[in-house]
Amino acid sequence: MTRRRRSPVLTALTGIVLIYSLIPLAWLVINATKTQDGLFTSFGLWFDDGRFALWENIRLTLTYDDGIFLRWLGNTVLYVVAGAGGATFLAVLAGYGLAKFDFPGRRAVFVTVIGAVAVPGTALAVPTFLMFSRLGLTNTPWSVIIPSLITPFGLYLMWTFAAEAIPDEIIEAARVDGASEARTFFTICVPMLAPGIVTVLLFSMVATWNNYFLPLIMLKDPDWYPLTVGLNAWNGQATTAGGTAVFHLVITGSLLTILPLLAAFLLLQRYWQSGLAAGSVKQ
Amino acid sequence: MDAKRRRSWAGWQFVAPFIVVFALVFLAPIAYAIYLSLFRNRLIGGNSFVGLDNYRQALADPNFWSALGRVSLFLVVQVPVMLFLALLVALAIDSGRLYGRDFFRVSIFLPYAVPAVVATMMWGFMYGSRFGLIGNINEALGTSLPDPLEPSWVLASIANIVTWEFVGYNMLIFYSALRTVPGTLYEQAEIDGAGEFRIIRAIKLPAIRGALVVATIFSVIGSFQLFNEPSILQSLAPNAITTYFTPNLYAYSLSFSGQQYNYSATVAILMGVITMVIAYAVQLRGAKER
Repeated sequence: MTRRRRSPVLTALTGIVLIYSLIPLAWLVINATKTQDGLFTSFGLWFDDGRFALWENIRLTLTYDDGIFLRWLGNTVLYVVAGAGGATFLAVLAGYGLAKFDFPGRRAVFVTVIGAVAVPGTALAVPTFLMFSRLGLTNTPWSVIIPSLITPFGLYLMWTFAAEAIPDEIIEAARVDGASEARTFFTICVPMLAPGIVTVLLFSMVATWNNYFLPLIMLKDPDWYPLTVGLNAWNGQATTAGGTAVFHLVITGSLLTILPLLAAFLLLQRYWQSGLAAGSVKQ
Repeated sequence: MDAKRRRSWAGWQFVAPFIVVFALVFLAPIAYAIYLSLFRNRLIGGNSFVGLDNYRQALADPNFWSALGRVSLFLVVQVPVMLFLALLVALAIDSGRLYGRDFFRVSIFLPYAVPAVVATMMWGFMYGSRFGLIGNINEALGTSLPDPLEPSWVLASIANIVTWEFVGYNMLIFYSALRTVPGTLYEQAEIDGAGEFRIIRAIKLPAIRGALVVATIFSVIGSFQLFNEPSILQSLAPNAITTYFTPNLYAYSLSFSGQQYNYSATVAILMGVITMVIAYAVQLRGAKER
């Protein structure tokens, strides 16, 4: 493409959306440095002159209530590794199968999965809860992990990606050489699918890390909460009778909650963006 | 490409694991919800089959209609605004005319990585009258901006949170689709004398129509699913956000505070059907205009 002249006007206009996107994050960073009192007495988008309490807030967040925040962090990591990892694995396998094989029932699989995508996850959550409670799975990590294993969006992305990225001839050649289907997949196709896999993994990580509704209804015991449900419980303390308001911990905890995801997105940028681009080609 | 392929059962070994789990966490709960929706639990007489009575009750239930009306209003206002904004930003970044293009792309996407809980709490704090920004502004400038958490504004306030969360995500979907247009197409168009807007209309928009349809479908589903943001804001705005503010909030309250599992399942099934019909209509329309 020919090099284009840059436009200050267009940059400024797009800058409005940029500011809109960044202001709440700036608010979060600024207010994580304030004490509980400072939150109420200082201007929201500037630091409290009185004192800089970020390190103390982090220490308090990590130690408050016997360090339950760290327990929630550990739970979240468990749910993400098992849930998002498993979801990616299943989506990659199935996406590849749908893109590269013709098998009896393929059309039915397509129709069922696409139809099910339109069923609101939250509408499903209540029946899933009732079913899991019959099976004795509620209030265990399984109740959060098992439903996280299915990502229809991940399947869709992997499917379009595999159709685009792997030429049929390569699979054919491997078959002629006598490789089994599994071997062909793992040694030849998986490396070619890498950008797509990273993309699906990141998006299912976000979905699991940020999941709120499912753990909210499945879990009663705070020891099994992920960060999202735990933070909201802290936030709700202010309105419950006899509870202490810990807004400074909610804000600092929120900041600590989003940092790992932001870091993952920024570090893996090149990778997942090329995966997303290739995945969205085929319509 | 399809024609060359042999038809065999080999593909099933890749698809089967997904399908097994899918059946457990999607199909089984749907079947169970349909089953539940046909029964009613009475104090006297216990659990009894009532056929479609629950559905009749739901269709005559003003709470259900008011929740449905609210998310429909949300859908027709918030979704177009959000997608239009996302499209403008994607086109601006793709045009190559921005200073610091990569910084724009990454920064506007960042809110997507923020959990709905954190996003809602942040905006909730900012909306709040005590140490919120609105309060700050009113104090500093002597203005009397409306309280974002009062009943007539709360839906717009929620729409703002959802827009904030997903503009960048949709922008990236559009931008990724725009990247796949071969650069030679633009060169040819320019040689033919096409201007920027002509190129957008004749090349760029048709190129991303598939992405537009998918983004619209996901946004429609998202609107009908609305739960996290209103449920978390509820503690700040208890008078503005009722237990039947959205259909999902209603289904949730029926189950978890009302123990009305059968009726809750009925509401969930009805919403699933309505969502599927509308998502399907969007898809059909998207396909027809091709």
